[in-house]
Amino acid sequence: MNKNSNTYQILYAAVMVLLVGSVLALIYMALKPKQNENIANDTRKQILSALHIAAPDDSQVKEIYEKHIVQDLLVDYQGNIVDSAQNVAFDVNMKKNVKLAERQLPVMKCKMDDGSVKYVLPVYGAGLWGPIWGYIAMNDDGNTVYGANFSHEGETPGLGARIADQDFQDLFRDKHLFQQGDFKGLVVLKKGQKSPTGAEQVDALTGATITSRGVSDMLADCLAPYEAFLKKLQDEPQVEVPGEITNVVKPQ
Amino acid sequence: MLSKKNKEALFNPLSKDNPVLVQILGICSALAVTASLEPAIVMGISVIAVLAFSNVIISLLRKTIPTAIRIIVQLVVVAALVIIVQQILIAYNYDVSKQLSVFIGLIITNCILMGRLEAFAMHNSPWPSFLDGIGNGLGYTIILVIVAFFRELLGSGKLFGFQVVPQWCYDHGYENNGLMILAPMALITLGCIIWYHRAHNKELQED
Repeated sequence: MNKNSNTYQILYAAVMVLLVGSVLALIYMALKPKQNENIANDTRKQILSALHIAAPDDSQVKEIYEKHIVQDLLVDYQGNIVDSAQNVAFDVNMKKNVKLAERQLPVMKCKMDDGSVKYVLPVYGAGLWGPIWGYIAMNDDGNTVYGANFSHEGETPGLGARIADQDFQDLFRDKHLFQQGDFKGLVVLKKGQKSPTGAEQVDALTGATITSRGVSDMLADCLAPYEAFLKKLQDEPQVEVPGEITNVVKPQ
Repeated sequence: MLSKKNKEALFNPLSKDNPVLVQILGICSALAVTASLEPAIVMGISVIAVLAFSNVIISLLRKTIPTAIRIIVQLVVVAALVIIVQQILIAYNYDVSKQLSVFIGLIITNCILMGRLEAFAMHNSPWPSFLDGIGNGLGYTIILVIVAFFRELLGSGKLFGFQVVPQWCYDHGYENNGLMILAPMALITLGCIIWYHRAHNKELQED
């Protein structure tokens, strides 16, 4: 058969594409459950890391997560709880950036070993090369940041990728989202610059201007809708929801 | 199994015919993934696997591939293998796959692959092609590791993520060289390695 005839070439290409396509689809389907499990586990690890809880090894992540995260909540931008089913906040797809009025804001309520209660708020935004996301753990005063964890898909190693480093994340600890009762959020700014709105600030990463700005924008974008919810927390530290744990120590 | 010709296919790419140093292929990823050692090594292993298997597959198909669409056929084979490697990494070594992120996908565009497929696998039988793939992959990995060693050591004071420059040095005014983390210094490091390599291999020197 003539190797250079049109029929041969077209047939060759078609058969090759079909074959390769089906092989890839098979492999993808075979590995999907394992991959999903890895991704979910990784998300749990990130949430725990925002709470400064370290899992000794990967197999225990799920167990430790379920021990600490006592309730998942969905709130609306007015601070009302709309849902509190199991894993409802964990399963929220942060990529779907719906309109503010319709946005369902996930909150994970956590009980620490010392009995204190924290609230984890997921954030999602854009870095230089791709999406960045993170988890902000709040104290139950609705104002003080307890911890933060950031992840990214493909920021430059050694530069933007450092948002995932502990050193950077530790800078967020004990920052306040409210100034004199007004919601200001947090900004990431070059050292020496002053935030015009009076928000508390975190030093940006050298050589990673755009990623740092991305973190700043992400925080502005994703934390502001929680204003009403956080205010409610300040008024009344224990949000009363069905299925509430009762024996939690109230902070003074 | 290892005739003289096969030995050449396997060992020449390590030094005398190194894909990075002599053929100047695969520079792009050599700059991108060498900021620290671990991703450099995983990248090297991935390239060895993809290169060896794509060489074998293309070599098996070489008599059936229509000349006009051979580049496309090669690309499809390479892309399929890269996707398989990527999916396996996500399923079994999630942390590393996260670190390498886009770079695994970029193996597809690694010039070494197309270069070896065109230059070797299209004209040789599967076994020498396999050895050629392993050899070139190793040659690439060695250079990656050398560059990554210097970049991680001088740029972050670490090796494999462990601190090796003692705190004492920092207390006495030593600073990590932030420039080493950036791509330009990877290129300069690579240039120095090529310089050293040529200086010790007279037959590679051009007039």
